[in-house]
Amino acid sequence: MSPIMQAALTIVIGVGGCVGYFYLSNQILDRVLFPARGANAGRNINRANAIRPWLFLFPAIFALALYLAYPVFETLRLSLTDRSLGGAFVGLENYARMTDDPKFWEALRNNFLWLLIVPAASTAFGLLAAQLTDRIRWGNIAKSLIFMPMAISFVGAAVIFKLVYDARPEDVAQIGILNAVYLQLCGDSPITWLTVPFWNNIFLIIVLIWIQTGFAMVILSAALRGIPEETIEAAIVDGANPFQIFFKIKVPQIAGTIVVVWTTITIVVLKVFDIVFAMTNGQWETQVLANYMYDKLFRANDWGVGSAAAMVIMILVLPILVWNVYNARREMR
Amino acid sequence: MDHIAGRKSGLSWAVHFSALALVIVWVLPTLGLLVSSFRTTDQIRSSGWWAALFPAVQNETYRTADPDEARVDLGDGIYLVSGNIFVEGGAAANLDEIVREISAWGASSRAIDAYQPDEVADLGEGETLTVTARGDYEWRGTADQIEGRGARIFVTVSAPPDFTLGNYQNVLFDPSNREGMSKAFFNTLTVTIPATIIPILIAAFAAYALAWMEFPGRALLIAAVVGLLVVPLQLALIPLLKLHNDIGIGKGYLGVWLAHTGFGLPLAIYLLRNYMVGLPREVIENARVDGATEFQIFTRIILPLSFPALASFAIFQFLWTWNDLLVAMVFLIDSSGETTVMTRQLVEMMGTRGGDWEILATSAFVSIAVPLAVFFSLQRYLVRGLLAGSVK
Repeated sequence: MSPIMQAALTIVIGVGGCVGYFYLSNQILDRVLFPARGANAGRNINRANAIRPWLFLFPAIFALALYLAYPVFETLRLSLTDRSLGGAFVGLENYARMTDDPKFWEALRNNFLWLLIVPAASTAFGLLAAQLTDRIRWGNIAKSLIFMPMAISFVGAAVIFKLVYDARPEDVAQIGILNAVYLQLCGDSPITWLTVPFWNNIFLIIVLIWIQTGFAMVILSAALRGIPEETIEAAIVDGANPFQIFFKIKVPQIAGTIVVVWTTITIVVLKVFDIVFAMTNGQWETQVLANYMYDKLFRANDWGVGSAAAMVIMILVLPILVWNVYNARREMR
Repeated sequence: MDHIAGRKSGLSWAVHFSALALVIVWVLPTLGLLVSSFRTTDQIRSSGWWAALFPAVQNETYRTADPDEARVDLGDGIYLVSGNIFVEGGAAANLDEIVREISAWGASSRAIDAYQPDEVADLGEGETLTVTARGDYEWRGTADQIEGRGARIFVTVSAPPDFTLGNYQNVLFDPSNREGMSKAFFNTLTVTIPATIIPILIAAFAAYALAWMEFPGRALLIAAVVGLLVVPLQLALIPLLKLHNDIGIGKGYLGVWLAHTGFGLPLAIYLLRNYMVGLPREVIENARVDGATEFQIFTRIILPLSFPALASFAIFQFLWTWNDLLVAMVFLIDSSGETTVMTRQLVEMMGTRGGDWEILATSAFVSIAVPLAVFFSLQRYLVRGLLAGSVK
């Protein structure tokens, strides 16, 4: 069967199955189990209404539990066992092996570099872009264009920036714009940017900043528009200059939103994989945790260390997870 | 007041200028790829894409026609081979379509710009070669000299800007091109559509229950969804691959659809619940009073009213599944490579065809064209979804 037919069939079965499940289970509940008639009509309605939420929720809870909750615990278990010993419990041995691996420390160090730069730079550029584009007539077009990289895959962005960073021998014309500019301004010979340790991390980081700035801009722009006019008018009357208005009046009022943008981008950074995988594959000291994990899991076939690396990512995400849950609960009260 | 107005206009110029600079920096990388995908191999090699709109000066090498076939006996033991290097070399279809102009030429690789057009080069012992600006050449000499292979001609030409659709033709529609993107394109589409539709349905029901039904444990479930929102899917790779192998799904479309459904659910439930909570309470309570069942309320009232949120999530999920690399590599692509998706194929090409930008740029643009089209046509919903979806 051709994949297209299979896809069509899956849509029909998937959608039909879902609709069928919800419809039939509700029918059974109302007609067969607890019919709303006869002597116990009132009690039956109450009972049906107590069960119904779980009918609505069941497929989602099942999928969430199986595809997100269970793997967290299973990965934890795998990180404490050794596959080659038939899954015997080995304690922290995998973690010990991982921390003996210099590549792991390189990945961790690079991840912190990403964490330091990407959220800060994306938020700053996003704030700048939001502030600039909110004040001009062609602002919406400008916003669209800055926002556009959000739609481009990480792999597509990797290709795009591979061209930007392209380096060719000295005696032929450069086709990478970075080298062309560099030679024009100050350089003597073209540089293969992605192979210069440490700085190549920055060049990879730029790709993610390029993608994430649009997201920050959209959210922050909405927040800036939500600032009450009076506060700004009052500042103008008091003689504040535009920079004071921006930093002392506007930024404090959208501080909450800035934190949200910052943490959201932080999560993206912790999971960054495609960019490094496609552009350098961790060579030239550009390894990051997610790519290190992929390497261990699928190339070295070492599930123990791979799972341990995954747990490190999970632990780094955990504070944000807790903070989000805490905030969500506070908001609901 | 004049003073303030004057300052304002100065500032406003600065704003326009900075915004423009920012936009240019953000657009240039993509523009470079787009322009490159419409250029020929020669053009890409000879100049940066930013020079595409101007005539490109490049060095090319041609060979005269084969003397053994094409030489003409002029009498007195003198032979002549003549023709046009551009037509014979394939750079122009016929004499009327020559758009290149030679600014200098040479007969040896050590001196490729030794002669001006129309100049007669003396190759020694009476052998001569001359080339005109539009590529017509005449090569004369004795029978001993005009034989063997054609003489090489090195030219410095200025070629006018020229764009081609040939790269797209090659990448998309050439059935003999094994690296073509058409198969991967349909594979990506096959992954994307079910992986977008199915989670929406499951999430919509759950979101309704979490928004409008009273039951114990509701707050806990909402908190769990918020928590799962940020769980890295890296953790799910091995356990789920193991699970898929154990229950017989293995690697394939079914596995990748299920995985995308699972991974997309937290955001879907979160977005839809946030939206549904904001719907007017009266509408729902009136319907309840009128005797509508919960199922009817959901399908007849909530779903239609929630269309903007459904659209937002659908766009997110579409972009995410279309652009995904990791999930496809782990759950879909087996060693046969028959089910490869575009992102995976691009990564492979970056390894094997690293310098062939005409292929790489075109393939990349094929893969990002669809998301870009979705983005530009449905941006409104995307923005709305982002605003609702970022955890407050």
